[in-house]
Amino acid sequence: MSVRRLAEVQPASFEFTPDNRAWADKQIQKYPLGRQASAIIPLLWQAQKQNGYWLPKPAIEKVAEQLGMPFIRALEIATFYTMFNLEPVGKFYIQMCGTTPCMLQGSDSIKTVLERRVGPPHKVTADGLFSWIEVECLGACCNAPMVQINDDYYEDLTSENFEKLLNDLAAGRREVKTGSQIGRVTSEPVGGLTTLTELWGKDGRSGPGRLPKAEAEPDHAAAADEKAYQDAQPGAEAPLHTQMSQSQKQRTGRPESSVAGTGTRTERPVEGEGKKADDAAQASTPPSKHTP
Amino acid sequence: MLADKDRIFTNLYGFGDWGLEGARERGAWDNTKAFLDKGKDWIIAEMKASGLRGRGGAGFPTGLKWSFMPKADPARPSYLVVNADESEPGTCKDREIMRNDPHLLIEGCLVACFAMEAHACYIYIRGEYILERERLEAAVAQAYEAGLIGKDNVHGWPFDCYVHHGAGAYICGEETALLESLEGKKGMPRLKPPFPANMGLYGSPTTVNNVESIAVAPTILRRGAAWFAGFGAKNNTGTKVFCISGHVNKPCNVEDAMSIPFRELIDTHCGGIRGGWDNLLAVIPGGSSVPLVPAHEIIDAPMDFDTLRNLKSGLGTAAVIVMDKSTDIVRAIARISYFYKHESCGQCTPCREGTGWMWRVISRMAEGRAHKREIDMLLEVTTQVEGHTICALGDAAAWPIQGLIRHFRPEIEKRIDAYSHKASHEPVEAYGVAAE
Repeated sequence: MSVRRLAEVQPASFEFTPDNRAWADKQIQKYPLGRQASAIIPLLWQAQKQNGYWLPKPAIEKVAEQLGMPFIRALEIATFYTMFNLEPVGKFYIQMCGTTPCMLQGSDSIKTVLERRVGPPHKVTADGLFSWIEVECLGACCNAPMVQINDDYYEDLTSENFEKLLNDLAAGRREVKTGSQIGRVTSEPVGGLTTLTELWGKDGRSGPGRLPKAEAEPDHAAAADEKAYQDAQPGAEAPLHTQMSQSQKQRTGRPESSVAGTGTRTERPVEGEGKKADDAAQASTPPSKHTP
Repeated sequence: MLADKDRIFTNLYGFGDWGLEGARERGAWDNTKAFLDKGKDWIIAEMKASGLRGRGGAGFPTGLKWSFMPKADPARPSYLVVNADESEPGTCKDREIMRNDPHLLIEGCLVACFAMEAHACYIYIRGEYILERERLEAAVAQAYEAGLIGKDNVHGWPFDCYVHHGAGAYICGEETALLESLEGKKGMPRLKPPFPANMGLYGSPTTVNNVESIAVAPTILRRGAAWFAGFGAKNNTGTKVFCISGHVNKPCNVEDAMSIPFRELIDTHCGGIRGGWDNLLAVIPGGSSVPLVPAHEIIDAPMDFDTLRNLKSGLGTAAVIVMDKSTDIVRAIARISYFYKHESCGQCTPCREGTGWMWRVISRMAEGRAHKREIDMLLEVTTQVEGHTICALGDAAAWPIQGLIRHFRPEIEKRIDAYSHKASHEPVEAYGVAAE
């Protein structure tokens, strides 16, 4: 349990954007009549996203009113669930996993980088770019150590590639790779598959013909990743992830379809973007890339 | 080792298309109607015969759980709730299923709902899994569009599937806390009985199942209970996704047969222990809630529910956390204690106060800043927390510490000695019990 209080300085009011309002109405439809209180977590979460990743008191009041709940019930939810930030956070809000599996793999060094680069936890940097906290297990233990920055997971970190990641984010680089930072697709063993080789081949792409070979992307980020990946696995030939997303696009004919964890993301989705994401989901286009 | 043709999650690593088209190529949604036509009794009988035990940690037989659901009553519609609140430290298997093979899960939801005469299913995914949620929502939309699920679908069983999410509370992985959270309340576990099968979501009969338990169901029905029961030891059948993290050369998720010996699991898939087998110190075989097992006991043990229970640990979620001899074992367990302190919902006093107390004492022990008699006191307190709370979080907080003291007491004593020798100018007595 932790003690969590509302921020001292609060905005005067909060209003959902029309898009988010419509999205919220759709969420409420998921639950049986009279059970609209069920939608409180998704609604508060959307409010938080709309408000720069933190949840002000007027937003909690607004959601409570919309769901016909007493304010105290909504306040209970906002203070109980730790993903609701009750105080402003940086533009890049970093949640560092420090639980034992990550700790064993060196999350202490990630923490050192954060303390040096960003400062003490819970404090937003002067330029408003970063703030960080240590959180409990984020469920990516095979890719430890890892952090979540806004919506995205960044896995297989070392102090070097994490420092570079922070620099890239601060410099506003367009393409920052999410997911594994050493070129793993998801949580497969580094250096070649030990299972499912009949289907995908040992390297995940030479199996019986599902994934045609694709040209590598001429992206220098990818080149850096390629080096990291090859350093990590001497036997490997090429950067798996870029080829993977390329071939995925070709095969499925869905340009947005990329392998999980290898998408890129530049900015936190801003106001109303959640709605777009939802629409994208409805249109069966996996929104692993948000294009503003 | 399991042959590739016998693996259920053929897209576990996301090399293929997660969408409907790809899933169909890999065999999902194949002939689902045929086994729905055989009736709910056949499905439940088949699930029982397969010997599938719940994959969320407790290992309760899934078929039996399904059979507890009462007959359909229009006034109280039955629900299936899928527990995708995967937060147990060390566990990351459901994430791969939801982002890479979501259609297996959705098909499983349909089958399970049919067997329990339910028409609606909620999948409760943890809040942090944002991309996984978007992926799952997209897959559900595909299934609706293709008429596989929905009010009027090709399978002739009206069925709605909704994706709901949490907001970062480990306790919501406990089934009744999850239901509370789904109803829009704080995730505080309910007293049982009544069990969810009688009074669950919105007061209606509800079954809560883990993602993996549900996702394997269609394949079991397609290939037959005997096929699934052919893997693993007696009462511990089937295939299982293991999440191996920590000090192995290549941490990974991998699906293999149940009861695979620990050594084979690590050597085949993870490239061995970092620094060789002599460097292995201890293993937490089933997520942070189960006690650790020292190297010599686990090295040749089959990884299944019964064997690990006999080693006074458990298979849990099959989240294998490996620790080599470089590990500060007391600190590792102290960090787990901090986790439980952070995640206690605060409803029951022994847990709310006890988890914090245990964390403070064990953190002092990690530094050596303690008395030897406090080791026994700590052990005593763990037994006062264990079994005195509504849900199992109190037990889960107590067990890792009990495991540590059982196997590594000399290590704690060594630290206490080292600290008191080193810090002669600093009177140890100044620190009372729970000084912080």
